[in-house]
Amino acid sequence: MKGPNRAKRIPWTLVLFLAAALIPTLGSRYYTFLATDVVIFAMFATSLNLLLGVTGLVPFGHAAYFGIGAYVCAIFMKDLGVPFLPAWLFGGVGGALFALIFGFFCVRLTSIYFSMLTMAFAQIVWAICFKWNDVTGGEQGYPNVPMPSMAWLEWIPWVGDLRIDHKFFYLTLILAALSIAAMRRIVNSPFGRILTTIRDNAERAQFIGTNVRLYQLIVFSLAGGFAGLAGGLFGIFNRGVFPDFCYWPKSAEVLIMTILGGIHHFWGPSVGAAILILLNQYIVSYTEYWPFVLGLILLLLLFGLPGGVVGAIDGLIRRSRTLVGGRG
Amino acid sequence: MSELLDPFFLLGQLRSGLTTAMFLFLIASGLSLIFGVLKIINFAHGSLYMIGAYIAWNMTLILGRTSIGFLGAVVIASLGVAVLGGLVERLLLRYMYKREELYQLLFTYALVLIFSDACKYIWGTQPHSVSRPPILAGSFDFYGVRFPHYDLFIILLGPAIAFGFWVLLNRTSHGRIIRAAALDREMLGALGTNVSSLYTGMFVLAAFFAGLSGALVSPIKSVVPGMDVEIIIEAFIVVVIGGLGSLWGTLLGSLIYGLTLAFGILIFPRFSIFAAFVIMAVVLIVRPWGLMGRPVK
Repeated sequence: MKGPNRAKRIPWTLVLFLAAALIPTLGSRYYTFLATDVVIFAMFATSLNLLLGVTGLVPFGHAAYFGIGAYVCAIFMKDLGVPFLPAWLFGGVGGALFALIFGFFCVRLTSIYFSMLTMAFAQIVWAICFKWNDVTGGEQGYPNVPMPSMAWLEWIPWVGDLRIDHKFFYLTLILAALSIAAMRRIVNSPFGRILTTIRDNAERAQFIGTNVRLYQLIVFSLAGGFAGLAGGLFGIFNRGVFPDFCYWPKSAEVLIMTILGGIHHFWGPSVGAAILILLNQYIVSYTEYWPFVLGLILLLLLFGLPGGVVGAIDGLIRRSRTLVGGRG
Repeated sequence: MSELLDPFFLLGQLRSGLTTAMFLFLIASGLSLIFGVLKIINFAHGSLYMIGAYIAWNMTLILGRTSIGFLGAVVIASLGVAVLGGLVERLLLRYMYKREELYQLLFTYALVLIFSDACKYIWGTQPHSVSRPPILAGSFDFYGVRFPHYDLFIILLGPAIAFGFWVLLNRTSHGRIIRAAALDREMLGALGTNVSSLYTGMFVLAAFFAGLSGALVSPIKSVVPGMDVEIIIEAFIVVVIGGLGSLWGTLLGSLIYGLTLAFGILIFPRFSIFAAFVIMAVVLIVRPWGLMGRPVK
């Protein structure tokens, strides 16, 4: 961070954001579609990593809050006629609130029991969404979620003339960037440092007077809130909300993304989301056996890349720097 | 609600609840055994069960629809899955013992994905069915309720296997070593036991039972893709309720689950899965290590 490298520092985050903003100029609805998917899942996976990589908690039911956010946002917009922005924020609040209630019980348990209880709660949420026909549409899902009115985008030259899916991509990109920036602030704040202390040694954190459970509960609720925000966007993007959003394979999917990218780096989960979604699109066009390929990727990851993709790249860069004779 | 007072209906539900419970026990006992000794939650246990069902279906086509043919299919399926389990343990799983729980779980999930697609590739996606062996195809009348012989066979087989496990664990020298391995692996190794081959043996035994239950379920459920995940979720609920690693707890958990499903339908027609997960959550909140399990640190 300091010393000779300072002059070379490039604001990569900004570069990435601007590069992403250029995707609609390719003029392909397919690329914009993929990019929207990646951005939403990057946000979802980063919210999971607040627990996994930052605090050292392993939840198996993170999809529950994603699903709750999606249902709340969609129901507020369609049934209650609330405009997009407040509806979206309510989705986040819904995710955070449920995470607070469930988390209250979960953080009392350690390791594997914590994981199992998060999964049990997520399955309860799924069962309710699956059966509560009057509100969630049950098994059939909740279709035809309206697109937000993006009239304000009309004022921007060129963007105003784009098709609605390109506009929605810009909306998603801005909101996801703000959310991810907020999460980065949280991780780098004194609060975030204490979370990392809890991850590294919960007992010692307790000794120095930290209320470990309270911190875990707060971050659990925050992660649920951000997952809910991601879910709200996904419901609109998908033009419908389905019980599958809360089902455990969704939780497994986001867990795999996060670990694939690397849990010990802030951008790891986003990279993992991008790799998994793009790879999925590519492989599905060749074979219907995507789960098989995903299983092989997982084995490769577990046996070959324990730090995830970003962890491996990080290691390579460090090694090459030492070879050149620079600082590690 | 008038069904609640109809004894024939209740008896019928009891029969179906007990059959479900004993089936679940067959599969969940292997899951619990693996956790008790190897300390791994093996999501791929359901996949081994599905492979057992497919092999049994395939074998009945070859061996014919006789009782002996069915018996042969069951034996071949169980042994085949046991060999597969042994290969998985020797070639892959043993390198995961020292890893964190999360990675162990992801490993078994990877196996779930690979096995499910392998089954689709080998046996196709259309449902297959196996006819009951002629010797167990009939049914008898039990106080006005039709009771298939096959269901009775399963209801009797469950406790027999539980008893067999109990004898193995508590009355044999192998059992003493297995219990010791569950408590302190390193000390057992230091005392001269080959822990590594003991682990392989346990995994093979559990795989054998997974294959056996898959083969036995084939005459009453259709053999389809997705049966692996369906059963593993149910078995997982059962072992969490009963207590991971506890055999009697697994039996109790199976009974609670099977009867909740059978009678829950009367009270909440639409919420029986919901009830099972609620029981699981309540048990985890009140007694995280399960009704009959021991706390693991």
